Amino acid sequence: MTVTEERPPTPEEEHEAIEILWEEAPGAPGFFASVDHKRIGMRYIYTAFIFFFIAGLQALLLRAQLTSPDSQVMGPQTYNQMFTMHGTTMIFLFNTPVLAGFGNYLLPLQLGTRDMAFPRLNAFSYWIFILAAIFMYSSYLVGRPPTGGWFAYVPNANKTYSPGINMDFWGLGVTFVGISTTVGAVNFIVTIFKMRAPGMTLNRMPMFVWSILAMAVMIIFAVPALTVGTVLLEADRLFGTQFYEVAGGGSPLLYQHLFWFWGHPEVYILFVPAAGMVATIIPVFARRRLAGYKWVAASLVGIAFISFGVWVHHMFATGLPALAMSMFSAASLIIAVPSGVLFFCLIATIWRGEVEWTTPFLFALGWFLIFLLGGVTGVMLGVLPFNWQATDSYFIVAHFHYVLNGAVVFPIFGALYYWLPKMTGRMLDEKLGKISFWIMFVGFNLAFFPMHVLGFLGMPRRIYTYSEGLGWETLNVVVTFGSALFGFGTLLTLINFFVSKARGKPAGGNPWNADGLEWSTPTSPPPECNFESIPVAAGRHPLWDSEKLEEAESGTDDATKSMGPSGALNRQTPILGGMQSDPEETMEIPEPTYLPFVLALGIAVLFVGLLIEAALVGVLGLVVAAIGITGWLWRTEADLQ
Amino acid sequence: MTTTEAGPDAAAAITQEPHGGRGTAWWGMVVLIMTEATIFASLLASYFFLQAAAKEWPLDGIEAPELSKISLMTLVLLGSSAPMFWAEHGIRKGQVWRLKAGLIMVILMGSSFFAFLSLYEYPELTFGMKDNAYASIFYMTTSLHGAHVVIGLLMLGVVLIKTFQGKFTAERHVTVEVVGLYWHFVDAVWIFVFSSLYLSAHLK
Repeated sequence: MTVTEERPPTPEEEHEAIEILWEEAPGAPGFFASVDHKRIGMRYIYTAFIFFFIAGLQALLLRAQLTSPDSQVMGPQTYNQMFTMHGTTMIFLFNTPVLAGFGNYLLPLQLGTRDMAFPRLNAFSYWIFILAAIFMYSSYLVGRPPTGGWFAYVPNANKTYSPGINMDFWGLGVTFVGISTTVGAVNFIVTIFKMRAPGMTLNRMPMFVWSILAMAVMIIFAVPALTVGTVLLEADRLFGTQFYEVAGGGSPLLYQHLFWFWGHPEVYILFVPAAGMVATIIPVFARRRLAGYKWVAASLVGIAFISFGVWVHHMFATGLPALAMSMFSAASLIIAVPSGVLFFCLIATIWRGEVEWTTPFLFALGWFLIFLLGGVTGVMLGVLPFNWQATDSYFIVAHFHYVLNGAVVFPIFGALYYWLPKMTGRMLDEKLGKISFWIMFVGFNLAFFPMHVLGFLGMPRRIYTYSEGLGWETLNVVVTFGSALFGFGTLLTLINFFVSKARGKPAGGNPWNADGLEWSTPTSPPPECNFESIPVAAGRHPLWDSEKLEEAESGTDDATKSMGPSGALNRQTPILGGMQSDPEETMEIPEPTYLPFVLALGIAVLFVGLLIEAALVGVLGLVVAAIGITGWLWRTEADLQ
Repeated sequence: MTTTEAGPDAAAAITQEPHGGRGTAWWGMVVLIMTEATIFASLLASYFFLQAAAKEWPLDGIEAPELSKISLMTLVLLGSSAPMFWAEHGIRKGQVWRLKAGLIMVILMGSSFFAFLSLYEYPELTFGMKDNAYASIFYMTTSLHGAHVVIGLLMLGVVLIKTFQGKFTAERHVTVEVVGLYWHFVDAVWIFVFSSLYLSAHLK
């Protein structure tokens, strides 16, 4: 048989053609136009970590001030700025976006598809995040960082008691960054429901995907309350409305309700994906399937549900009706049940496995101890009489750092050691990683455990200094020492990252012998199109279930034509649906475009206009945003079938 | 054909018959609407929270809003969902003329609602948004809804232009469905805004 002109391309030729097609333009044009979920995910993670180290530096400066009584390291105003920006940065610019970054990078790979459901929206949410971050931090450039705390309680944060544009940077910035979180959540939910590989029933979804789903659902229903809370705050501040002004019939308590209706689910918005990371790492290194898969998934979803019924426990000292407080107290205690289920399933997994003591596993294990303590103090705080004793003391600071710093940051570091090899193609150093973990772990407990005791000794939170002779001196020195140690531990991981980038061991496709589809891509980092052929998920642990991963082939109809390499060749990916995740139609993955950046820029200009109270600038922003939206709708039809 | 030689599970997973679920854009809009609805729910909850804290409502002796004209306009706004449905059903059958006629009807009805709100309703109000918390929440909620009407009208305008360009067929009209869904939401949420801000203020 002779080879004719029409011979089908050889796999090598096809492979090359796919690589050329998916390559993005180099330099600035490619940078601003990229819609690739892997690039966007990495950007999210890198940007968020820059803010992690900034917030860490702020924390160390705060501790420098608090180490000794009557300290003069900084004045009260500087302290307030620093502590407001530390909390704001950690919540809005590190924890939330870094988890979104992992979600963006990993979801399509774990689900076995070639991109997110809305690649342009994905780019848009990153641009909003970075522009909002720049917006908030530009307050330092004009020397007016916000001072009202990351919670911005009124009346302290209103125009009378916080004149100047300091708090406007906060109120507008938080509203601004909420757009990013929300559209990101929309993207996660639709991607999870419509892009799972064929055969991947809900029952086979990776646990990290479950956790991102629970997180996204919480975001959808929680962030609007924060948006309303901050919009009303800014309306009061900029336009003189009376929402929170008692003299005008308004209510400062309304702000607290709106803020905490978001604020408490937010704790779980951060905690649940972190728990999902732990539930991914533990089975891999216990070399055993996750014990009680359905229970773990149900507890993550259960936590998400209950998280909406507990917000008032932040307001027990505001004088609410006893019946209401009892109900919220009960709900706050109930949340320990799904958390306990999660905990015991993970312990059971380790118990019956053969543990490989790697760095990611150590971080996951550290999560156990830290979350246990944070959870127990959480239950204590759910009990009304105890809450009244401990509220506004350092006990609270200890509790929420155990939950938000410990139970979230440790899994994130574990996830870095676990997934960065896939993202960069190089392993991080295990020895340095373990040293980093132990220093972080010891430092963390030295920094935050004594705060419980300081709370019992009566040290109030949110103070910039204290007098001598109150018996707080020694513990405060320990706390500062511990936080410096913790900071040093995180720096070791940073060094580890740079060393690994330069001369880390090549990771190969699946260095951990892990189970998830993200490790099935032959190279690290994965090819630009993720999968030349869409994989078939035959079980919960595709790479452990069978020697060779099954791959789908292209059919001729609209539903299945993009399954095989021909889909990758046409920049397409299948849309699937139903319980079994059956192919339904084909999605054209959009070409790189500036539209998301333009739209985000328009919204940024609108917020700047509001900040400096210049109507013209605001209108200009609206016009740019309108152009962006119109352009978006204009091009949509080609992308959607 | 996309069957593989995988285990029974995997093979069963891929049916050869594509089944027609809703696409990503439609689901994206549904989720977006859920979050938007929560924004309105938070505002209306704030309204009732402020009312519960007040000695009299509306505050400072403001009259409860007048009902006759706004009720009429409510019918116009809610009624605009009908031509939208009619237009959507038309394009599903490939009848572009129905899409054109329907969209023009919707845009006319929607713009007359917005024109009424901004030209008659607002100027006739006896209070400004700075007067008290009642006035503030009234203006905030109605103007947020107004902004949604404007965004909806803009999107309908883009759809109309694309219709005249012949971009939509019986098979390809996702944008119509998605924008239509958004418009129905703008109408439906008005029922709640109207009941809370207008009707409930008359309950004694």
